[in-house]
Amino acid sequence: MLQQLRPAVMLLIVLTLVTGGIYPAVVTAIAQVAFPHQANGSLIKDDNQSVGSELIGQHFSQPEYFWGRLSATQPVPYNAAASSGSNFGPLHPDLKDAAEARIEDLRTEGSEDRDVPVDLVTSSASGLDPHISPAAAEFQVPRIAKGRRISEETVRQLVHQHTQGRQFGVLGEPRVNVLQLNLALDQQTSK
Amino acid sequence: MTPNAFLQIGLYVGVLLVCIKPLGLYMAQVYSGQATFLGRFVGPVERLIYRLCGVDPDAEMSWLQYATAVLMLSLVSFVSVYGIQRLQGLLPLNPESLSAVSSDSSFNTAVSFTTNTNWQGYGGETTMSYLTQMLALNVQNFLSAAGGMAVLVALVRGFTRSNTESIGNFWVDLVRGTLYILLPLSLVLAIALVSQGVVQTFSSYEEVALVEATVNADGESVMTQKIAVGPAASQIAIKQLGTNGGGFFNVNSSHPFENPTPISNFLELLAILLIPASLCYTFGEMVGDRRQGWAILAAMSFIFLGILVLTWTSEQQGNPVLADLGVDQAASELQPGGNMEGKETRFGIVNSALWAVATTSASNGSVNSMHDSYTPLGGLGPMWLMQLGEVIFGGVGSGLYGMLVFAIVAVFISGLMVGRTPEYLGKKIGAFEMKMAALVILLPCAMVLLGTASAVVTDTGRASVFNPGPHGFSEVLYAFSSAGNNNGSAFAGLGANTPFYNGMLGLAMLVGRFWVMLPVLAIAGSLAVKKTVPAGAGTLPTHTPLFVVLLVAIVVVVGALSFFPALALGPIVEHLLSTAN
Repeated sequence: MLQQLRPAVMLLIVLTLVTGGIYPAVVTAIAQVAFPHQANGSLIKDDNQSVGSELIGQHFSQPEYFWGRLSATQPVPYNAAASSGSNFGPLHPDLKDAAEARIEDLRTEGSEDRDVPVDLVTSSASGLDPHISPAAAEFQVPRIAKGRRISEETVRQLVHQHTQGRQFGVLGEPRVNVLQLNLALDQQTSK
Repeated sequence: MTPNAFLQIGLYVGVLLVCIKPLGLYMAQVYSGQATFLGRFVGPVERLIYRLCGVDPDAEMSWLQYATAVLMLSLVSFVSVYGIQRLQGLLPLNPESLSAVSSDSSFNTAVSFTTNTNWQGYGGETTMSYLTQMLALNVQNFLSAAGGMAVLVALVRGFTRSNTESIGNFWVDLVRGTLYILLPLSLVLAIALVSQGVVQTFSSYEEVALVEATVNADGESVMTQKIAVGPAASQIAIKQLGTNGGGFFNVNSSHPFENPTPISNFLELLAILLIPASLCYTFGEMVGDRRQGWAILAAMSFIFLGILVLTWTSEQQGNPVLADLGVDQAASELQPGGNMEGKETRFGIVNSALWAVATTSASNGSVNSMHDSYTPLGGLGPMWLMQLGEVIFGGVGSGLYGMLVFAIVAVFISGLMVGRTPEYLGKKIGAFEMKMAALVILLPCAMVLLGTASAVVTDTGRASVFNPGPHGFSEVLYAFSSAGNNNGSAFAGLGANTPFYNGMLGLAMLVGRFWVMLPVLAIAGSLAVKKTVPAGAGTLPTHTPLFVVLLVAIVVVVGALSFFPALALGPIVEHLLSTAN
């Protein structure tokens, strides 16, 4: 028994050094040299100030901004220091209530009276989803155009510019980055 | 069920199949002690480690010595992981000044990571310092994976050797698995993930200005967003490759910093099944008959694809409750449709379902969507895959040794049918092997069911349940299925960070790991002593489609008989309720 203790302790120490010390340090060094933007959080800089991350969504509720997925993080939506999903099962009453409230908000803000794309009424897994589907963006175009007094065509063009297709035409789903689209809207209108 | 969905699944399966032979062959070289192309760089490090640690690489171990070595390493690892968590407030590399983890949570996490389960009762970015993530958790991601692979190799040696007590040297198998297989693969994957946007930094959490101010629960205005970062990529690479699954962030690989793009998702998904599937080839190569490995792989793939179809179609159908509200859940070129609660837009339905099935067939347990929000039948698939004993690919090493135990049971049952002594790979299967095989299969089953029962009959157990009705029962059943089979994924609504669940699930994880591992090593020892008998006219060939069907049937029947009553109370009732509305 005890004859196995020494190699167990020694190997744990040595392999801790290798896999817990050297390995992450080497990855960090390579990452910081080769991909500094990505390794540090893909931050969006505006005059040297960070206004967000390309990968982390923000909460939008004003009618002149595109809205993202519902977020279940606490104590504020899109809390990027404590990611969380809703964990509502399909029959949880709060799931239905949240969807109904969202549909009501969309309708009172003047969105069309047609079926709402599912990603607009459901919480994302992370609570930080930066994207919505192109269908969810299109659904909101009339509201944005009215709120900002610009043509729907202009808004649609911006949406189109910020729509990413499937990677290599195959992988993942088509999607629109909400924060980047809204930043572009602000820029367009301030011109 | 769009053409693109078929394409994405086909691409995944295709790339995986292409990788199996080269990696499987390479791992066979590593574990047979042969020279490999990495030997020139890694060899000197390997020899230095043996010298430093007082390991004689040529000394062989009996199964009891091998088992003692496994247990010793697990014990000192447990102490280390527990200690670092308790002391993290005093240790460096803690930019967010996180305080010590509570004792019951530390116990649970220490058991979880040393048993290759990676059940997480805590949220990563709010609980663990960078140092704890690296020195405690990440190290176990490597060691518990390498340990599982070592035990598999020891079992394979039991089949290939004859008239000997020795089944290899655990320390050598552990070190070689870590240095030659896990580390190089992790290094490459980690860098690839960073290129996609996975963070890798030691600086403190970022603070950015919000475009639109928001209000918190107390009605106060919030102008900034604090964004958790950290040395994530290095940890994510190994947690995918080593079937560990413990996320750097609370929401695991659904977090945009843990899995930012469809490419990163594809790579992480590939990493889940890469080693478990390739080990089938390694097994065939080491026993000198590759068809044996392909047969096992075929049986695993058959069940995998069956469950995938169930979960994928259920999720794509969406939630009837939302359909009634006028919500569009139809898949099109403009939206993924389906049940999007708890799923990310960039992954949609097909990548979420594929991941859920891969992560629970392998005992990985990482998630890119929230399983608790799955439709009843969509969630039944992953749950049942765990209950099958994590043998459909399963954990690195542990999945295949579990499946080989089922293969032993399969030859035994067919032996009974024709009245001959059963044999597998040239070894006669005797009463001792069968007793051990029964222990391997029955004890984790019992742990899952008794654990679930103890939780639902006590107030403390029920208090943590989040969803009402049968889904709440599913949360508890899922938790014990996950812990008792060392998976680590969760129906995360269950508030499991309580002394009751931390303790009970910790116990389940210990049973799931060691009460499988020790009988397997005993089988290895017993087989190694036996002489090899040449296959005769009455030998059941174990590489044929007939045997594959038999093996699938045994796994499915054992799993269904053990768990159908429990599943009927959870997901099946919920499905009936959901369709009745």
